[in-house]
Amino acid sequence: MSELGTVTFGLLLIAAAVGGAAVLTWFERRLLGIWQDRYGPDRLGPLGIGQVVADMLKLLTKDDWVPPFSDRFVFVFAPTAIVVAMLLGFAVVPFAPQLYVLDINIGLLFFLGMTSLAVYSVLLGGLASNNKYALLGGLRSAAQMVSYEVFMGLSLMGVVMLTGSFSLRAIVEAQRDLWYCVPQVLGLFTFLIAGIAESHRLPFDLPEAEHELTAGFHTEYGGMKFAMFMLGEYLGLILISCMITTLFFGGWLGPWLPPLLWFCLKTFALICFFVLLRGAIPRPRYDQLMTLGWKYMLPLTLLNLVLTGALALLLEGQRHV
Amino acid sequence: MLHAQVTGTSEAVDDLFARFGAAALARQATADDTPTLWVAPEQLLEVLAHLKPRFPMLLDLFGIDERHRQHKPTAAGDFTVVYHLLNLAHPDEIRVKVAVADGGSGVPSAAGIWPNANWYERETWDMFGIEFSGHPNLRRILLPPTWEGHPLRKEHPARATEMPPFSLDDDKQAMEQEALRFVPEQWGMARATDDAQFMFLNLGPNHPSVHGVFRIALQLDGEVIVDAVPDIGYHHRGAEKMAERQSWHSFIPYTDRIDYLAGVMNNHAYVLAVEKLAGIEVPERARVIRIMLAELFRICSHLVFYGTFAQDVGQMSPVFYMFADRERLFGIIEAITGGRMHPAWFRIGGVAQDLPRGWQRLVREFIDFLPARLDHYQAMAMDNSILKQRTVGIGSYSVAEALEWGITGPALRAAGMDFDLRRDRPYGGYEQFEFEVPVGHRGDAYDRAAVRVEEIRQSLRIVRQCLDNMPEGPYKSEHHLTTPPPKERTLQDIETLIHHFLHVSWGPVIPAGEASFPIEATKGINNYHLVSDGGTTSYRTRIRTPSFPALQQIPLISRGLMIADLIAIIASIDFVMADVDR
Repeated sequence: MSELGTVTFGLLLIAAAVGGAAVLTWFERRLLGIWQDRYGPDRLGPLGIGQVVADMLKLLTKDDWVPPFSDRFVFVFAPTAIVVAMLLGFAVVPFAPQLYVLDINIGLLFFLGMTSLAVYSVLLGGLASNNKYALLGGLRSAAQMVSYEVFMGLSLMGVVMLTGSFSLRAIVEAQRDLWYCVPQVLGLFTFLIAGIAESHRLPFDLPEAEHELTAGFHTEYGGMKFAMFMLGEYLGLILISCMITTLFFGGWLGPWLPPLLWFCLKTFALICFFVLLRGAIPRPRYDQLMTLGWKYMLPLTLLNLVLTGALALLLEGQRHV
Repeated sequence: MLHAQVTGTSEAVDDLFARFGAAALARQATADDTPTLWVAPEQLLEVLAHLKPRFPMLLDLFGIDERHRQHKPTAAGDFTVVYHLLNLAHPDEIRVKVAVADGGSGVPSAAGIWPNANWYERETWDMFGIEFSGHPNLRRILLPPTWEGHPLRKEHPARATEMPPFSLDDDKQAMEQEALRFVPEQWGMARATDDAQFMFLNLGPNHPSVHGVFRIALQLDGEVIVDAVPDIGYHHRGAEKMAERQSWHSFIPYTDRIDYLAGVMNNHAYVLAVEKLAGIEVPERARVIRIMLAELFRICSHLVFYGTFAQDVGQMSPVFYMFADRERLFGIIEAITGGRMHPAWFRIGGVAQDLPRGWQRLVREFIDFLPARLDHYQAMAMDNSILKQRTVGIGSYSVAEALEWGITGPALRAAGMDFDLRRDRPYGGYEQFEFEVPVGHRGDAYDRAAVRVEEIRQSLRIVRQCLDNMPEGPYKSEHHLTTPPPKERTLQDIETLIHHFLHVSWGPVIPAGEASFPIEATKGINNYHLVSDGGTTSYRTRIRTPSFPALQQIPLISRGLMIADLIAIIASIDFVMADVDR
């Protein structure tokens, strides 16, 4: 793509991602509603989609209040960090063979870096609020980050080994014969769990944990700043779904339909999966969550690495023979 | 009744007389035949300690202001403190009373004998100003710390219009808020150890998981709970005071709102106690109708518990399904009573109306429909491994602890005590029904839920038996003290017209006396102790609710656990703040 084309696509992508996240707030409530024998927001516009606009208007017109006891600069900065980090993460996603903002040879590392940055937002928000519930939320998010960042990166190394590259386009191209969800089923499983933890959604919404910490790290946030946290969370959800599509489900690959449509369909299916997961599972206690991370998930990812390594060597050996 | 013969003998009473001698004890006759003994304040603790092995549970402790009472028991002074003790292994009860002079030296605290006496004594001090010597922390419990006076004393006004107009200016608001600040030193808590500071977290009274306006001040070390202080009273409406100004009949709607999830269940305890005082026999059909409604409301209440329990451990969906089922049930209740959560449908001597035509179909459809749903919920919630991880072994207590703290109902059965008033001391017609009493064994949050889930099925069984065997006959007693009085002949002769007019306008005059009636409500034992002075209103109404002692016990079972566990514990207790504060 030309320079201009890339910039245009980048801007379009930002608009699509933010718009998608906004629509997702409505979509999630409707889907959960149907699942839970109720309607959800169905009054405004066709199927209630107007709710998105109403919510945005409401949030935009709310008093932009900063608690006097908070650390003002950090308090305002925190919610923007998550949105910026998540949007940057979209830059490396290849939506179709020629549809991407950046194709760098460390694309995967870039994605991991950006999602890690997003955790600061939660942490700083919790600390800057100077509120006990927010502090506990921040504390939990730190504990969760320490436990899950470790195997999140490792769970993807199997994919990298099989491809031999960190470039996301190369990873998609390498799945022409067989999607990585088959040979990397362990990697998919562990990355899925790490991904939910990364986007702070039930059952891993411990930093927020409405029933325990009222609203956790964003207890003191309201109006647009609160909306930024929500936006960040939904962007995270879309981004994780995009990444799983790219890494394990062959990205844009698929017969008959245009590549972009394939990509969107797969991502959409994953988003639905995440939404329904939220409706199904209770929330573990945070020490149980850490136990799960360290005692089960980390060994599982390591096992996956060893197995993948052996497989890769075996294939290599056969090729030489 | 004060002139009536003391009836009913009890081994426990004989034993007491043998031990302390007839001079130290005075017997009082009551309409409910529960042995009632007066003792001197000096001997009180000795008598209570002597009774404890036989009656391990302090069911209730409350005060009575005797100063305006016409039909006073001979041993009574200005105030009376009543101790209601219960033996569950061999169902038996006894009441110990002690007279206190106004402004006198008070009575010794029983908190050393039963730990749950602590809150009851605070309440009695709060309401009557009766001092309990040796009480560890005698401060207000239901009323704000800034309150002046003791509201259940007869001279205290009952209505806002009897007091100067209320206003809340900024200074007063600041003062009231400051008075609510949690001061750890008042509760004997340290602010720090040698190497770490504790965090004090104010959980509630506005918090998503405290089920109403309930506040717990937590002493935290990280996220681990070192100690907790439950603070109640934010939902206090003075129901017991209101009972002293409503007629016997017009108090019924107030009882609905005591445990607002259990509707007619509260009516049941109240009307049974009034009927005992008045000596009313309720016709068979009315008894079975009452049981059917009470069990439908038990299902209602347990469904709310089930849903919110799952929700509080983070499972989002079950509560919606269960509320939908509850909604169906409300449809039936509405068809029968005209009301939903607060039908106020029981009457002294029966129920308000006969069952509507076609009620069988509604009830049958529901009881055929629910079991499959319960199976579904079992798989969804109770069998979920994360839910188990969160609740198994969390907040557990033994049977002995539960008895010490006055825990009753499903929460007691969860610990392994096989006791249910409906089976072991049947009231209101329960002796005719077949059902099982589910019992747990760990006494933890999970078992408390599991017992309730099984109780839903047993309640369905009882409702089915009501459906299949509903007797014919009147739905209300012919007794002259029932409300509303029969109207059929009022336009034929003047005597019945006068009778009807007075009973509708003033209400019936219930004979002087005392009676209480413990029932197995949804959350444990609910007991109305009524004192009639031979008037159209109650002289004293004491409402013992199961939620009150359950909250008192929270610190004991949550120390050393985490905030998330505390939420699971609170969810598993199944309390209603209206039931706690009254």
